[in-house]
Amino acid sequence: MSDFELQPKRSDAIEKAASESVPVTGQEASPFFKQLKGFWVTFSTMFKKPLVVEYPEVKVETQPRFHGRHQLNRYEDGLEKCIGCELCAWACPADAIYVEGENNTEENRLSPGERHAKVYQINYLRCIFCGLCIEACPTRALTMTNEYEIADDKREKLIWEKEDLLAPLRAGMLMPPHPMYPGADHHTYYRGEIKEAHPSQEVNK
Amino acid sequence: MSEYASILLDDPVWMIIVKGLLVFILCVLLTLAAVYGERKIVARMQLRVGPNRAGPGGMLVSLADGVKLALKEDIIPKAADRIVFILAPVISAATCFLAFAVIPMTGVVSFFGEETIMQLTDIPVGVLYVLAATSIGVYGIVLAGWSSGSTYPLLGGLRSSAQVISYEIAMGLSFVAVFMYAGSMSTGDIVQAQSQWWNAVVLFPSFVIYVISMVGETNRAPFDLAEAEGELVGGFHTEYSSLKFALFFLAEYVNIIAVSALATTLFLGGPSAPPGLGFTESWLGGWFTFIWFLLKVFLFFFLFVWLRGTLPRLRYDQFMKFGWKVLIPVSVAWILVVATLRLLTQEGASQFIIAAFTGGVVLAVLIATSLYESSKKKAEDAARYVPEMPAPKFPVPALPKAKIEEVE
Repeated sequence: MSDFELQPKRSDAIEKAASESVPVTGQEASPFFKQLKGFWVTFSTMFKKPLVVEYPEVKVETQPRFHGRHQLNRYEDGLEKCIGCELCAWACPADAIYVEGENNTEENRLSPGERHAKVYQINYLRCIFCGLCIEACPTRALTMTNEYEIADDKREKLIWEKEDLLAPLRAGMLMPPHPMYPGADHHTYYRGEIKEAHPSQEVNK
Repeated sequence: MSEYASILLDDPVWMIIVKGLLVFILCVLLTLAAVYGERKIVARMQLRVGPNRAGPGGMLVSLADGVKLALKEDIIPKAADRIVFILAPVISAATCFLAFAVIPMTGVVSFFGEETIMQLTDIPVGVLYVLAATSIGVYGIVLAGWSSGSTYPLLGGLRSSAQVISYEIAMGLSFVAVFMYAGSMSTGDIVQAQSQWWNAVVLFPSFVIYVISMVGETNRAPFDLAEAEGELVGGFHTEYSSLKFALFFLAEYVNIIAVSALATTLFLGGPSAPPGLGFTESWLGGWFTFIWFLLKVFLFFFLFVWLRGTLPRLRYDQFMKFGWKVLIPVSVAWILVVATLRLLTQEGASQFIIAAFTGGVVLAVLIATSLYESSKKKAEDAARYVPEMPAPKFPVPALPKAKIEEVE
């Protein structure tokens, strides 16, 4: 016999496994009365309270960090946080986000700093609600809400535009475009030092 | 001819027509109720609430289903045999209504001033007629499977035919004891013969065999191999749509109700109140008995639903083995016992001989079961035995009891 032939291993582990191996049991049919137990299970279940949530009438609150539809947030004075960097679109594994950036000008300032999103679309037919876009967003402009009723009857309606995604104006906010807070720059905004629109900016409170 | 049958004989023609219509309406209404009831009950068994949209509590769901089916496009596959394809659901649906003709649904009632029984006709071979009608219904399924021109329906149809042939034998054999006990095959006489004791008690083994085989006969879970969704898509009705599918649907449920009604008639005393409870038929006139009849039918229907909610589908070979190797031999043996007892009592044998015979039968059954158990155990032990294996000359994973030797 040549030396190259494989030798069976004689380790203790194999010996032990061989000695401990037991025939497979539990394959035999259970006794008749044990089989009848199933009937009792189904019968008694009839008198238990159903687990069903009668959805359109009754709604269960989601978990606080549930991944619902997206929202584009604003700073406290109403300027958009989105800077049109497209990181969300790059992060998206389902290719559901489309962003077109544009430079901010004196007449058309939508966000502090250099750029804003001219077009911002999320295609909810593609979105898998993984939240990678939220992780990618450098300014916390994109977050997810708890809203889950997104279903619609047309494909076109499921591509949400920027207007659909933008957070509503709250008190103290002014609808952009408008200039930045006097004396502030995008760093000030980013640090959260802007608490409301400047009184000179005619906010209707 | 019994007095019972003579009440039916003087029915005027208009009443026969009205009764026929009523039977049809009852079947359809019971089907609607049954579909709803089944879905609700099965839902509750699975911690769901079931249909609750159409109508109060979802009660109109079966009606809505019917309307939906009727409005759907009716597709006939190109490969289908057109005539048979159209004929099959008609056969299936028509025959299951037939069985209801001989089922007594009330005691003696006054119907528009006429003494009668809510039963279309009482023929001397009533139960055989029911058997014949239900077995023709199988043609509907077989032909549907064959004429669809498609593989899965064909398999479903074949399974169905094999299934119904096997279980019809057991079913017919379970009737024999009832016939012997009642001395008649007419449903009316059989009901009357149960005025003291229900056959379900006296002929308990027959009752059990019938209940099992009626589930097999109606292609219902756990014996629904003919339409096993997981294996054969929809079985024989895969290619059917619209009203033709609705007919199969209707046939299935009418069939369930028909076999339940037959079980009620043969084993639970038909429309009469349970004996010994002191109920009389004088409460609401004879119509009161109709409530008992419905209650008993619902009881069986609940059993159907319960089985569906509890048991998984049988494998085909297990199913056939059960029918041929268990149900039929047990029925035959049971008939032998009943026949002997019947003869002994009729010939006026003494109590002692009857008791001795009964004891002997019980003893034989006990010995047979214990022998069977021990032989089964031996077989199991033999199956579990792993022989000492010669030492392998090549590397192997650890085998049970395999000796591993060094190769020189």
